[in-house]
Amino acid sequence: MRRALVLMLAAAALVLTRPASAQPLVADLSDHLIAVTAGFSGTDVLLFGATDGAGDVVVVVQGPEERLTVRRKDRVVGIWLNQDSMSYERVPSLYFVASNRPLAEIAPKTGLARHRIGVDHILLRPVERDTAAAEAAFAAALIRNKQAQGLYSHAPGQVVFLGGQLFRADVSFPANVPTGSYSVTVYLFREGRLVGAQSTPLVVSKIGIGARIYDFAQQQSALYGIAAILMALAAGWLAGAVFRR
Amino acid sequence: MQIYLPIAEMSANILLLLGMGGGVGFLSGLFGVGGGFLMTPLLIFIGVPPAVAVATEANQIVASSVSGALAHWRRGNVDLKMGVVLLIGGFVGSTGGVFLFRELRTAGQIDLVISLSYVLFLGIIGGLMLVESVQAIRRRGDSAAPRRKLHQHNWLHGLPFKMRFRRSKLYISALLPLSIGAFVGLLAAIMGVGGGFIMVPAMIYLLGMPTSVVVGTSLFQIIFVTANVTFMQSWQNQTVDVMLALILLAGGVIGAQLGSRAGARLRGEELRGMLALMVLAVCGKLGFDLVARPDDLFSLAEGGH
Repeated sequence: MRRALVLMLAAAALVLTRPASAQPLVADLSDHLIAVTAGFSGTDVLLFGATDGAGDVVVVVQGPEERLTVRRKDRVVGIWLNQDSMSYERVPSLYFVASNRPLAEIAPKTGLARHRIGVDHILLRPVERDTAAAEAAFAAALIRNKQAQGLYSHAPGQVVFLGGQLFRADVSFPANVPTGSYSVTVYLFREGRLVGAQSTPLVVSKIGIGARIYDFAQQQSALYGIAAILMALAAGWLAGAVFRR
Repeated sequence: MQIYLPIAEMSANILLLLGMGGGVGFLSGLFGVGGGFLMTPLLIFIGVPPAVAVATEANQIVASSVSGALAHWRRGNVDLKMGVVLLIGGFVGSTGGVFLFRELRTAGQIDLVISLSYVLFLGIIGGLMLVESVQAIRRRGDSAAPRRKLHQHNWLHGLPFKMRFRRSKLYISALLPLSIGAFVGLLAAIMGVGGGFIMVPAMIYLLGMPTSVVVGTSLFQIIFVTANVTFMQSWQNQTVDVMLALILLAGGVIGAQLGSRAGARLRGEELRGMLALMVLAVCGKLGFDLVARPDDLFSLAEGGH
């Protein structure tokens, strides 16, 4: 935390000492790399920054885009089974939003929608178009399921102002955080209008033995299969040898 | 204490996983079964993706069958020729099964097929075992129940490609063990089991093998069939999590030893009756989940159509 404090002070110094024509907002993360190690069970990243005056700050964290299929179960002869489905390209695998007060008070709906701020404003357009009602139902289901997995915000998180210009937000990443390149964007609103935005990258990467196992499985799948068999054979033989009296 | 499983892409409590390995290992040592049919549903219950659960369990069964098969091999309880014929069928069936698995996964129906297979086979096997063990317990005390003939001749003995299996004292069509092997191989790939719970009754009742060589031969061919499933699943679907397999193994090895010691003190009929009840309980839970209305009718899957 001491390091974060130092960083925040540095950010404040940056904002307060620069010429008036510079950008109205600076922000950074306490860490730009989240290492998913063997003992990983989620982590917090501190976002901090400063503005050049009063205003509302909204933070949006977006995970790498993914292809996703939503399926709906229906009852067929007494059994619930997947029937209709809708596929999406380029869906953010994770979407967190945080703000210093409720989004509705910060900017009008159209403004939020234009910048895709808020879970309701994520662009979800299926590969094959369907009726508006069906698309809405599947999009709502996608968001609901992502929220249940802890990958989309239920309600916006907290951006806390310290004094008039310094702000901070704690972003908690769950254990099932998708790996890849993230973007963290900070928006500054004044009287409902966007006056500044800044994006900063964040990488979530598997590190260590887990990463090696994953890369091995993906890149040399056949060899990985043989290694898995040899490991099992050795373990089985060893177990037999140890317990044989 | 959490551990991150790199292929399942989730973090799980290592003590829970060790406990599951130990618990299922204990039961498999106690009852002399593989335990795959218990472990795979358990893994799915704790949130491991079904595709990863099935493939990883195949990897674990390779290890657990090796020590069992070695012990039987030393005692000469393996019919090598029969085992090889069975596993040729098993290779064909399990390879086809992995491709079928892949297709079903893309179509979004793999979870359903896994559950349905479990409900069907656990229901049948559990029911038969329960009836059989209850009858055996009732019959206890009655002396000298009428002996069955060693084996009867029927249409199965008219099939071509006859082969002699000396160790099993059989002269039967090779088509029979080939197709049994293929069928069990298919189930191994889809259900993440060794298939001993189907192979053993099939060997006794369909092939008429002497019971002394049944378990050893079944374990012998299970090693190769599950090894093939492990290889094919790794190669085609990248769903084998060696980290998870190792943890389950560590628990399973110890559990199995304790189980087999405890099993020596219990009577066969009670043991089979208890196993039957457990099999039916798993079957009931999976069956209930199929017919109960899900909390959310919608679900997510990675990838496109």
